[in-house]
Amino acid sequence: MRVNGIASPLPEDPRTLLSDHLRHQLRLTGTHVGCEHGVCGCCTVLLDGKPVRSCLLLAVQAADHDVTTIEGLAPDTAALHPIQQAFHEAHALQCGFCTPGFVLAVKGLLDEHPDPTDEQIQEGISGNLCRCTGYANIRKAVRLAAAAR
Amino acid sequence: MTTRWFGERVERREDDRLLRGAGRFTDDFNEDALEACFVRSPYAHARILSIDARRARELPGVHAVYTAGDLPFGDRDLPLLIPHPALTNGRTQRCLAADTVRYAGEAVAFVVADNRYLAEDAADLVDVEYEPLPPVWPLEAAAEDPANTAAELTQQTGDVEGALEQAAHRRKLRFRYERGAAAPLEARATWARWDAADKRLTMYDSTQSPTSIRGGLAVLFGLPESSVEVIAPDVGGGFGPKIMLFYPDELLTPFAAMQLGRPVKWTEDRREHFTAVNHERAQVHDVEVGYDAQGRVVALDVDFVHDAGAYTPYGIILPIITAAQIPGPYRVPNYRVRFRDVLTNATPTSPYRGAGRPHACFVMERTLDAIARDLDLTRDEVRRRNLIQPDEFPYEVGVGWQDGNRAVYDSGNFPGLLEKALANLGPRPAGHHIGLGLGMYVEGTGVGPYEGAHVQVLVSGKVVASTAIPTQGQAHGTVFAQVVADQLGVSPDDVTITTGDTRRFQWGVGTFASRAAVVAGNAMAVAAGMVAEKAKRIAAEHLEVDPADLELAQGAVRVKGSPQKAMPLALLAVLSNPVRYAFGGGTEAATQFTPKPRAGPPLPAGEQPGLEATGYFSPTGSTWASGCHAAWVRVDPNTFRLQILRYVVVHDCGRVINPTVLEGQIQGGVAQGIGGAFYERLAYDADAQLRNASFMEFLMPYATEIPDVVIDHQETPSPLNPLGVKGAGEAGVIPVGAVIASAIEEALGVPITEMPLSPLRLFELTHAGSAGGAQT
Repeated sequence: MRVNGIASPLPEDPRTLLSDHLRHQLRLTGTHVGCEHGVCGCCTVLLDGKPVRSCLLLAVQAADHDVTTIEGLAPDTAALHPIQQAFHEAHALQCGFCTPGFVLAVKGLLDEHPDPTDEQIQEGISGNLCRCTGYANIRKAVRLAAAAR
Repeated sequence: MTTRWFGERVERREDDRLLRGAGRFTDDFNEDALEACFVRSPYAHARILSIDARRARELPGVHAVYTAGDLPFGDRDLPLLIPHPALTNGRTQRCLAADTVRYAGEAVAFVVADNRYLAEDAADLVDVEYEPLPPVWPLEAAAEDPANTAAELTQQTGDVEGALEQAAHRRKLRFRYERGAAAPLEARATWARWDAADKRLTMYDSTQSPTSIRGGLAVLFGLPESSVEVIAPDVGGGFGPKIMLFYPDELLTPFAAMQLGRPVKWTEDRREHFTAVNHERAQVHDVEVGYDAQGRVVALDVDFVHDAGAYTPYGIILPIITAAQIPGPYRVPNYRVRFRDVLTNATPTSPYRGAGRPHACFVMERTLDAIARDLDLTRDEVRRRNLIQPDEFPYEVGVGWQDGNRAVYDSGNFPGLLEKALANLGPRPAGHHIGLGLGMYVEGTGVGPYEGAHVQVLVSGKVVASTAIPTQGQAHGTVFAQVVADQLGVSPDDVTITTGDTRRFQWGVGTFASRAAVVAGNAMAVAAGMVAEKAKRIAAEHLEVDPADLELAQGAVRVKGSPQKAMPLALLAVLSNPVRYAFGGGTEAATQFTPKPRAGPPLPAGEQPGLEATGYFSPTGSTWASGCHAAWVRVDPNTFRLQILRYVVVHDCGRVINPTVLEGQIQGGVAQGIGGAFYERLAYDADAQLRNASFMEFLMPYATEIPDVVIDHQETPSPLNPLGVKGAGEAGVIPVGAVIASAIEEALGVPITEMPLSPLRLFELTHAGSAGGAQT
């Protein structure tokens, strides 16, 4: 498994979830766990560039795949990725717990639809729950990010 | 004071780390902590016959299995947080149940192992033998047996009986509100470490009240408070239920850490969150209203029962709030309200965003809609005729408030809210099955007793400030920085705020009741104002001018009218501490070998070193925010899908510190309200078992269900605090149930008297007549 471009060992215990492996073995705690049954989307990571829920995968299932977590998205410590920047400018986060999952879901959405329609935006973020923002500013952030590309 | 930053759309200062995944939530702490999980009761009501943990303890990797008998505090009832004379039959749970369990999900044993996987394996090996008992459930059945009544309270203002008898019209109604769940996306977690050498206990806790947790732990473990540190780090949403004194893990995680000499962590999973974390909202209200020929309410008589759940850790604060908030923004000259707080075998209740108010609002708004229907008035007109007018403040409701005082509205302009909302709503959209939703509310916010803040100017000229209240996403790090920046004449970018860390500020209460901006915000202003005065005193001495001739601006204290005569705050910070600094410059200025030696001691009598101050704010009464929501809603007559075509909020929380943050709170609150009104239902069966404890079946709204809310403000400053602010955290959620009900009632032509609704429930109501409907 490669995580954020770096080759990474698999866990010893084969039942380890990918989410737990990332968080507790690799200490990449930006991947959050909100429900552990694949509904909330907080644990979204990119598997070979596509958004997946890391709580519904065993870590061993990611063998020979590329995993990108939120820690691997921003180009450097100075600049945010344009999607992250758009979330900031649109006030699209409050507590920040669902945010990494949303940002990666939006990355997947914009990679597929660089200029998404409103309907495609709804579709693209409709697998992620947010309990703080009420989504309006997240939709706005997606439009901002798309315009910035 | 300048007001340069107050009111500005300052961008959030806490976003960067959260966007990078570098936030620190409690489960992110590690240090090779052992991990714990609970054994919880599968029964709503049962006697525990035996607990056998031998098999669990023998599993490799297991460090401890604790049952009630293993705890030195195992036979102590947990605290009853807010006693009340009317609460004559209250009860609280034990940390771990020993003899009886009273709700499904109640903690029975605590397992600590090398990791969570092993802890859960071991939990399956704890053998608990139960004798099931009949559950006290549901609420209406429980209310029939007086033995289940924990408290009963009647309050009255005016002559309700007489006014009802003379009223031109009388009407009886019944309104039912079911349980709701806050469901923050981060469930609860605790992480604790005991440093035996330093005798210091440190706990990270996703709590909304770290200072209270610390106080309790100090007492329980016999430690001075200075040896206990409780920190609420980043918290993934709170909405009320994350304040409880105590959830069992908040005692067991530190206890286990002290016993085992290793850090211990417990993280709740979603399934247990549904039953182990407090709920709210379930109440049944019987209403009799008397009104005149113009639709003006002359008397209101409300008798309601509140589902307390299995225990009463929060006293009767919820029904007290409902009782006070039912009249809302309307004149009710004769008002009687009786409630009974009823024990049931379900998860205990404590405040969830809105806290007694959404149901109170539902009762009053639905009652006004009924009057409008009876008299063939429009729903806005019936409200217009009943609203308290702007010249009637302070306005006394006539019953008691949650702070122990009388409920008195400090200020407001309710007719202004209504007209503004209607103007923003616009004309009825074309089409069928479209209903108007309308709901108004007041919200008592900013309750005391107090909060404090510490503000310090560093020798770099940067400012650090702290307060005890913790943050769950409300941008306190931004809005408090704005408040401090104005007092000190600096930019918010130069101010770093710390919240919810007892190591930084040890006195305070917590984040609840929309009180942070009001109480802690004003404390920030007080403390920063004290620092400003001190900076002027020091500068005045060196500039040889009167402090009254000085002002703070652009990071310096300067002479009014002669801005070139100035001393930077950084230098004043150096001068405030009569020692020499090896780094940071200013050494020459601070040395005692200056050309002009000062008279008296280096630190003048009554003065403290450092350009810092600690200040407190204690309000004399609650500030009352208010607002009006209006919506156009379409309901599909076949699928009962809800389409919110337009949703308008006009909100008045006094002076607005940061409109962007405020609008975010409102939009998010409305979303939570829509969820609670139409999608989210805690489905209990006859055995008091929660049948949908997962996000698969408890349907929280996604982006597809939530519209962009149109938000407008009205600013009626509060006279009760220097900043003129009122709370805003709960406003978005309060009237949504009433608004959605009002709209659906018109769209489908069936009476709506209950919450929550769902497509299935609307099908039942439209096809089976008036099951659960209004009594007329």
